[in-house]
Amino acid sequence: MRRPTDEQIAMLEEKAYQIRRLALEMITYGQVGHPGGSLSEAEILACLYFSELNVEPQNPKWEERDRFVMSKAHGCPGQYACLAMRGFFPMEEIYTYGAIDSRLQSHPDMRKTPGVEMSGGALGQGLSTAVGMAIGLRHFQKWNARVYCLIGDGETNEGQIWEAAMAAAQYKLDNLIAIVDYNKVQAKGFVYDLMGVEPFVDKWRAFGWEVEEVDGHDIRDLLEALYRARQIHVRGKPSMIIAHTVKGKGVSWMEFNYRWHTHAPLPDEADKALREICDRYGRPPEGYSKTGEDAVQKARSSSVIMDKPA
Amino acid sequence: MEAEELRETFGKMLVELARENPNILVLDGDLNTSTRTDIFLAEFPKRFVQCGIAEQNMFGIAAGLAAAGCIPFPTTFAVFATKRACDQISISIAYPKLNVKIPGCYPGLPTGKAGASHQSTDDLAIMRSMPNMRVLDPGDATELRQMMRAIVAYDGPVYFRVTRPSVPDIVPKDYHFEWAKSVNLRKGADVTLIGTGFMTYYCMEAAGLLAQDGIQARVDHHPCLKPIDKDGIIAAAKETGCVVTAENHGINGGLGSAVAEVLVEGHPVPMERIGIRDVFVECGEVPDLFVKYRVRPEDIAEAARNVIARR
Repeated sequence: MRRPTDEQIAMLEEKAYQIRRLALEMITYGQVGHPGGSLSEAEILACLYFSELNVEPQNPKWEERDRFVMSKAHGCPGQYACLAMRGFFPMEEIYTYGAIDSRLQSHPDMRKTPGVEMSGGALGQGLSTAVGMAIGLRHFQKWNARVYCLIGDGETNEGQIWEAAMAAAQYKLDNLIAIVDYNKVQAKGFVYDLMGVEPFVDKWRAFGWEVEEVDGHDIRDLLEALYRARQIHVRGKPSMIIAHTVKGKGVSWMEFNYRWHTHAPLPDEADKALREICDRYGRPPEGYSKTGEDAVQKARSSSVIMDKPA
Repeated sequence: MEAEELRETFGKMLVELARENPNILVLDGDLNTSTRTDIFLAEFPKRFVQCGIAEQNMFGIAAGLAAAGCIPFPTTFAVFATKRACDQISISIAYPKLNVKIPGCYPGLPTGKAGASHQSTDDLAIMRSMPNMRVLDPGDATELRQMMRAIVAYDGPVYFRVTRPSVPDIVPKDYHFEWAKSVNLRKGADVTLIGTGFMTYYCMEAAGLLAQDGIQARVDHHPCLKPIDKDGIIAAAKETGCVVTAENHGINGGLGSAVAEVLVEGHPVPMERIGIRDVFVECGEVPDLFVKYRVRPEDIAEAARNVIARR
């Protein structure tokens, strides 16, 4: 079994910190988005985009690449942070998130954003498209490529998720790896209050998946589970990693608080939140940056990264 | 010899196209012997994806397949495609403009005795309202074959109807399908009858009835509801001064609405619409349904007389 090194873990923890910072900055600057789920998914996305996914930012349509579908599409600020850090588009473009003519829509649009594999926003749909990609990769005999799909816990209220779960098992899609960001909170309250999903592991197992539970904020845990899902698990079954996370992770007053599911912080709130994240992760204090204004001007002056108004 | 059912033409044409293009896949929602994708299954079992009775997932899988470079045909009845999976077609397929080909099988009245849950009278309206979606209702077997070839050649989402029974031939022998082009089937200066799907044949029958009274009807066939042949509609309206539309569909949102939109903006003339009049249809023998919902050639002819009087 390949063991992650301490250096690798430190690097990914740094990426997770950057994802939290960039996601909060773009949500605050754009005054749109979902902070709670963007903070809970940070380590998962860091492990995917900076360790697991075999992608080429300079050649985003490379045929052998792994695919990643953001089924919990409202979590796209975290994804955009990763794509910018990987070089799929310029970093200053993140401040155009949610603005008119931006390539960074408030839910991802595969026709606008380099590196986005599927458009989304209507919950429940992404896992089916990931199943289709996994079948499609087989059709084209791309045996090394994998399809990853991140779904929300509340999203599994949708019946289509379970239709897709059945199909993935029926077609023995061992090239499909799904991860649930199990942050326990959906749009208007706790999952167990609104529409409970437990026994979650048993459900996925009964649907024919290879299932693991991990601490979704523990980089080592995540890396090892992703490694097993890709290399070790019995062939002929799709893999599910149930990642236990904290909604709003890193900001005490956002944690497990459904009011921060969809609610953009004001600049002074973001400042407070970012300083707390720094404190939590043992970093020198750094608040909300005022770089957004300059970055947007720069983005707007570049015809490459903003759609020209019609 | 009994004429071939249109669904069988569809199944055979899928095979013909799939022989030429290895990336065509067919998805089924447990209806293959009805939609006749069983013909494809027999020849290409490895390119046939059985999705079970789960249309939402089937259209999502189709989106993923298209994103991977395949040309999927997720196949089910028109009612289930356009209503059960409406959001999936809209957000996973039409929004990202993915190359998914959607046959709407068993549209309208001639679907047996299945009733309101199965007889699709709003599919054209739903699909026509989706950005990026092309919408077709072929008039006969020749046109369906040509259309399917054009559908595969086009890179983007398309919805096309596949009527269950055989239908009479309407297009000429040298016919060539073109996007957004109507076909003039009969000359006449008194009224224009515009049909889509097999209802164009009923328009021809209606023109025959009208001719007995000395009324000369022009008949135009519009297989392409979106994009629609705007110039053709306006030219016909200018020539005859009044229009009747006829469709195997509700009068709200389908051909009648599409033609009305063009005329109101381009050349307003008196108009009447023949189609299901805003009701859920009942079950019954097919000829009885056409009588009950007033969509026979006689009804088109009567509408023509009314609209000429309003001219």
